[in-house]
Amino acid sequence: MLDLAPNLTQAAGWMPIAFLVVMGLSMLAYVILDGYDLGVGVLMRGASDDDKDTMIASIGPFWDANETWLVLGVGILLTVFPMAHGVILGALYLPVAAMLVGLILRGVAFDFRVKARAAHKPLWNRVFHTGSLLASWSQGYMLGSLITGFADSAWTMAFNTVIGLALVAAYCLLGAGWLIIKSEGPLQLQAVHWARRSLLFTMVGIAAISIATPLVSPSIFAKWFSFPNIVLLLPIPAATAVLFAVIYRSLQRLPTRLAQGNEYGAWVPFGATVGVFLLAFYGLAYSLFPYLVIDKLNIWQAATSPEAMGVILVGAAVVLPVIVGYTVFAYRVFWGKSTALKY
Amino acid sequence: MENLDALVLARIQFAANMTFHILFPTISISLGWVLLFFKLRFVKTGQQHWMDAYQFWVKIFALTFALGVVSGITMSFQFGTNWPGYMEKVGNIAGPLLAYEVMTAFFLEATMLGVMLFGRERVSERMHTIATLLVAGGTTLSAFWILALNSWMHTPAGFEMVGGKAHVTSWLEVIFNPSFPYRFTHMMLASGLTTAFLIAGVSSYRWLRSERGAEVVSGIKTGVYLAAVLIPLQIIAGDLHGLNTMEHQPAKLAAMEGIWETQKGVPAVLFALPDEKTRSNRYEIAIPKLASLYLTHSLDGEVKGLNDFKGKHPPVAPVFWGFRIMVGVGMLMLLISWASVFQLKPWQKNKTSELTVWHARVLVGMTFAGWVALIAGWYVTEIGRQPWLVSGILTAADAASKVTAPRIALSLSVYLTLYVALIFAYISVVFYLARHKKHADKPFGDASDKLEDQPNVVNYTEKQGPAHA
Repeated sequence: MLDLAPNLTQAAGWMPIAFLVVMGLSMLAYVILDGYDLGVGVLMRGASDDDKDTMIASIGPFWDANETWLVLGVGILLTVFPMAHGVILGALYLPVAAMLVGLILRGVAFDFRVKARAAHKPLWNRVFHTGSLLASWSQGYMLGSLITGFADSAWTMAFNTVIGLALVAAYCLLGAGWLIIKSEGPLQLQAVHWARRSLLFTMVGIAAISIATPLVSPSIFAKWFSFPNIVLLLPIPAATAVLFAVIYRSLQRLPTRLAQGNEYGAWVPFGATVGVFLLAFYGLAYSLFPYLVIDKLNIWQAATSPEAMGVILVGAAVVLPVIVGYTVFAYRVFWGKSTALKY
Repeated sequence: MENLDALVLARIQFAANMTFHILFPTISISLGWVLLFFKLRFVKTGQQHWMDAYQFWVKIFALTFALGVVSGITMSFQFGTNWPGYMEKVGNIAGPLLAYEVMTAFFLEATMLGVMLFGRERVSERMHTIATLLVAGGTTLSAFWILALNSWMHTPAGFEMVGGKAHVTSWLEVIFNPSFPYRFTHMMLASGLTTAFLIAGVSSYRWLRSERGAEVVSGIKTGVYLAAVLIPLQIIAGDLHGLNTMEHQPAKLAAMEGIWETQKGVPAVLFALPDEKTRSNRYEIAIPKLASLYLTHSLDGEVKGLNDFKGKHPPVAPVFWGFRIMVGVGMLMLLISWASVFQLKPWQKNKTSELTVWHARVLVGMTFAGWVALIAGWYVTEIGRQPWLVSGILTAADAASKVTAPRIALSLSVYLTLYVALIFAYISVVFYLARHKKHADKPFGDASDKLEDQPNVVNYTEKQGPAHA
């Protein structure tokens, strides 16, 4: 793969890799962090009015910063890989628009639902749910498009649609895991129930994607099923299966334990789901590298000039650790069970 | 539809999104600093009404901020979807500026907003004040970067073109390009004025509804005094910005003034219908030589006319009218804010002078006056840059994407519907909050939602004073 690269000792060679890593990690951070926000939004539909408030209180202080990782990821795509940004976002024009509408609806509903007149609150709750669902699904659809190299046959659109649904399920699993950590009492037990259902759909979804991906993409097929790659890749599905088993067992045991007020292991479903996301991300990165548009545009072809990359890289090296630092601070401030948000 | 090609639709879509977006940061930038002012007054004096004002306005801040965030995210995508040629040509400059905005400003404001809104009981009073400061600073820093880029598109500097792409020769010249200091100052003052009239208007509305406690009165005073101080500064800054435009973008200035022929002793056109077919003004009412006076500071100074830029000047009528609307609203702001100051008589130490009902009504009418001037001025400068996207380097047509018109039309209609609905919802919720302060103060996530008229329980009296001693 690296044979496509120019001299890696030159800035034009290694900088795109460095930025690919930063962009990938931002997207991963976004998917996990806003993933639980969106999951909570999707799950909200089935909750009682009081529970809805608690659920939103559990994500209220975080969602805005969580969403910013998406801006950073897309920002790097835009600024460091401008060629790819044009191609990818041009091809994804409608799903991107759908996601943006979803994010707009979700974001404004956060505020409107508690500030507009009480009679309108159910409406804004519905907007919140719909926005979360639309954003989650269209992100999955885009992921599907990325895997299929933005082909738009009926077959790939069906594939993308299914990935969209799988991602909704996976976000619900994350969201339910988050709620198990952040809530108490009946809502917490309800979250365990949600997590069980989401787990089932997530497992089916990930299995389907794993089978379908090499079938829709010949180049991924070639990459996966050649020696020694297959040996190196095998730990990914194996570890994913183990994590699913861990989540399943934890969800079996948690209700009894939580009912006794014992929080031991409340972190397991969320933590293990994050593990699944990391593995899926690793698998995806491995499958696509070094391409941004599969088989068509690699990171070196898409990168901007080394000088511009250098300027951004210096800023990123200084600022990103600071961002991580105050993000940790904010999470510590709101550590523990979420309480009613008031201001 | 047959006349609406993809370029026009892409422009309408981007303009619609920009117009919608700019409304909210313009408020949140200055409202952040006003909140810091309220907070510091409370910390210093321990007077509860400052904290009440903070509690009331922080809700509107949160709402405004959320609308700014979601529309800003939309914009970061539309750069690529609508104008792929932009990043390809000037990505070496736009890229780092946008990246620095995200890295230094977006994360800071987004993260600290959580602490500022919800963390007051979980952190020290000092940390909460710092969080407020960081949010206000973050919004301003964000404006700094984005206006640096915007100004660079108007007056590019500090670069060279190599192989059809812009390469930076000096970052200092790129950031502090010729129009940046003027544009940044003008925009920050516009933000201050928009917020000042919003605060004065909403507070007057509450005052008219017989809510005349210390909190509301201090809101009126804060808004009116801020407006009265900023508006003369804005007139000076606007004038300087105009002179800067004359130097660097003469075609835009000619369109603003409605001047077709290059001439000496140029009249100031008060009213006219500019006609691009006949290349003249119809129904012109003008004051002789005045434009030369304020543009060149000499009665016989020469000003370039539009006919010097045939085919390369912006559409005249929107720029011409946008400019007059902006200046008109500015004059109205001057008149009303100063009249209100004379009514309130802050120089009288002993007596407390109140607004009259009519003053209050006028202030309510001016609540969103800042938005009108802002949008009008924004159109003047941005339409005034046409046909260029980056002056002299890249036209909008060359940067446009190849996305087909129906796709843009579909997403555009969805966006437009959404934007109109959200602006409507925003304005009505602002006034709803003003009417139902008690309801609005209810803790969110509180099970006792159904009690419409419960007393205001969230006033944090227990945290006064010592934490910041």
